[in-house]
Amino acid sequence: MIGLEHYLTVAATLFVIGIFGLFLNRKNVIILLMSIELMLLAVNINLVAFSSFLGDLVGQVFTLFVLTVAAAEAAIGLAILVCFFRNRGTIAVEDVNMMKG
Amino acid sequence: MIQADLTVILPEIILAIYAMAALIGAVYTSKDALAPVLVWTTAGLMAALSFWIASNGSGTNVAFNGMFIDDGFARFAKVAILLSAAAVLVMSQEYMARRNLLRFEYPLLVALAAVGMMMMVSAGDLMSLYMGLELQSLSLYVVAALRRDSAKSTEAGLKYFVLGALSSGLLLFGASLVYGFTGTTLFSGIINTVHHGDVSVGLLFGLVLLISGLAFKISAVPFHMWTPDVYEGSPTPVTAFFATAPKVAAMALFARVLHDAFGGAIADWQQVIVLLSVLSMLLGAVAAIGQRDIKRLMAYSSIAHMGYALIGLAAGTELGVKAMLMYLAIYVTMNIGTFAFILMMERDGKPVTDIDALRQYSKRDPGKALAVLILMFSLAGVPPMLGFFAKFGVWQAGVQADLIGLVIASAIASVIGAFYYLRIVFYMYFGDENEDPIETRSTPVLWIALMGSAALMLIGVVYQFGIEGAAAAAATTLVN
Repeated sequence: MIGLEHYLTVAATLFVIGIFGLFLNRKNVIILLMSIELMLLAVNINLVAFSSFLGDLVGQVFTLFVLTVAAAEAAIGLAILVCFFRNRGTIAVEDVNMMKG
Repeated sequence: MIQADLTVILPEIILAIYAMAALIGAVYTSKDALAPVLVWTTAGLMAALSFWIASNGSGTNVAFNGMFIDDGFARFAKVAILLSAAAVLVMSQEYMARRNLLRFEYPLLVALAAVGMMMMVSAGDLMSLYMGLELQSLSLYVVAALRRDSAKSTEAGLKYFVLGALSSGLLLFGASLVYGFTGTTLFSGIINTVHHGDVSVGLLFGLVLLISGLAFKISAVPFHMWTPDVYEGSPTPVTAFFATAPKVAAMALFARVLHDAFGGAIADWQQVIVLLSVLSMLLGAVAAIGQRDIKRLMAYSSIAHMGYALIGLAAGTELGVKAMLMYLAIYVTMNIGTFAFILMMERDGKPVTDIDALRQYSKRDPGKALAVLILMFSLAGVPPMLGFFAKFGVWQAGVQADLIGLVIASAIASVIGAFYYLRIVFYMYFGDENEDPIETRSTPVLWIALMGSAALMLIGVVYQFGIEGAAAAAATTLVN
């Protein structure tokens, strides 16, 4: 029987993979965008699992909002990335280094 | 019912519809040629809305079944947000126009960000919190990368985007846990659960993630790493905007979440806020010493100032919230004046941000040098200026809440921090002669902003702009 905790474990695992993807990745900014998407979708699994467990629809409504915002966020991220590529000719993470820090 | 709900959020609706209509209008007509007009109409509309909110609002109005709260606290924050956004907009117009940066999207993105911020401070539900926060953040990512042809500006936008998205993710994960363990996303429902039983481990985990997400937005240490780069890389008017309105909105949202949703569990979040506050103050003070770029310096300065404002929040009392609101209002006023001066700094028409360029500045323009001196003293918290009373307010709240250690740490941090503010003053008055001095080109708007803000730092001591009563009333509506 698959219970709430299984869903929560999967969601937490995906979320942590997303965070690691952000911090350990040294290759490509696109991978950062994928990691961000992974984190947001992990949250969605969480919300839907809780919603089903509690028998309360609010969690699923929240999920729809999160999906919409994630799409907008990806669009803006890619737009900024295109501008960055035009200026620098690269999207490697290690080249995002004009300013220290 | 829906009529009453819509009346409550009328200011937000007006600003949002204006921004979208103006966006379509500008696209179909003369595009960037309209930009100066749009800057002034947007600023005018924001100022008008803030006067409307300040004069017309009364009582606590709840709309959409508690998702949106319009109370004294929200109104205080909204007035501060709208006025500072309007001030920054009119200050940036001339600077951007001369550097071919003034696109029509800029005032409209600022307006949309302001809608998001108004939504944030009025949020009564985790969903409205998230939507407001994202509307603000997404607009800010774009304005950070406004100078599309500059590698620095797009890099600032990219960094801000990646770290901002990470913080939204943390916040959301926290929100989902809070929802799961309390069974509701409404703040009024969450506080009932928190009041009735112990805070479960899951809920505590959610609370901590929620706090981390919000700490990113106010750039508190250890979630501050984006701040110096974004401040340095963004065009200066955008930096000025980042340092003012979004800080007020994020701090107000922080206070709203902690008091409205977790007011019964002060002991659980107080330690976390104290830690954020101490680290922000100390790092802000120490790391700024090595900075030669005034925009990076102001970034560390804003980190430190957020640390001081957090003392008011850490106190967890009505007096604390009042002190925090006063701190934010004074901080925003100081920053508007300081950034008005940074916007003036240039050499041969090119903007200069190096603090060495200020050597012997007082010989060339004693009036402005004096205004900057007052602002720097005020930022450092030297007693006769208003900035000291802001710090004094949060210290009072801290002592009352038995946070003596925190208050002592903040006094030490403010002494260390005074060094880099006073160094700017030292360069201006006693620095070595500089071969290539800067010019400061002042437009009437910038001059008024600089002199007005400096004058307020002196006159404000007498009656604190008369806003102390409003801040106290706002704190009462939030905490009780």
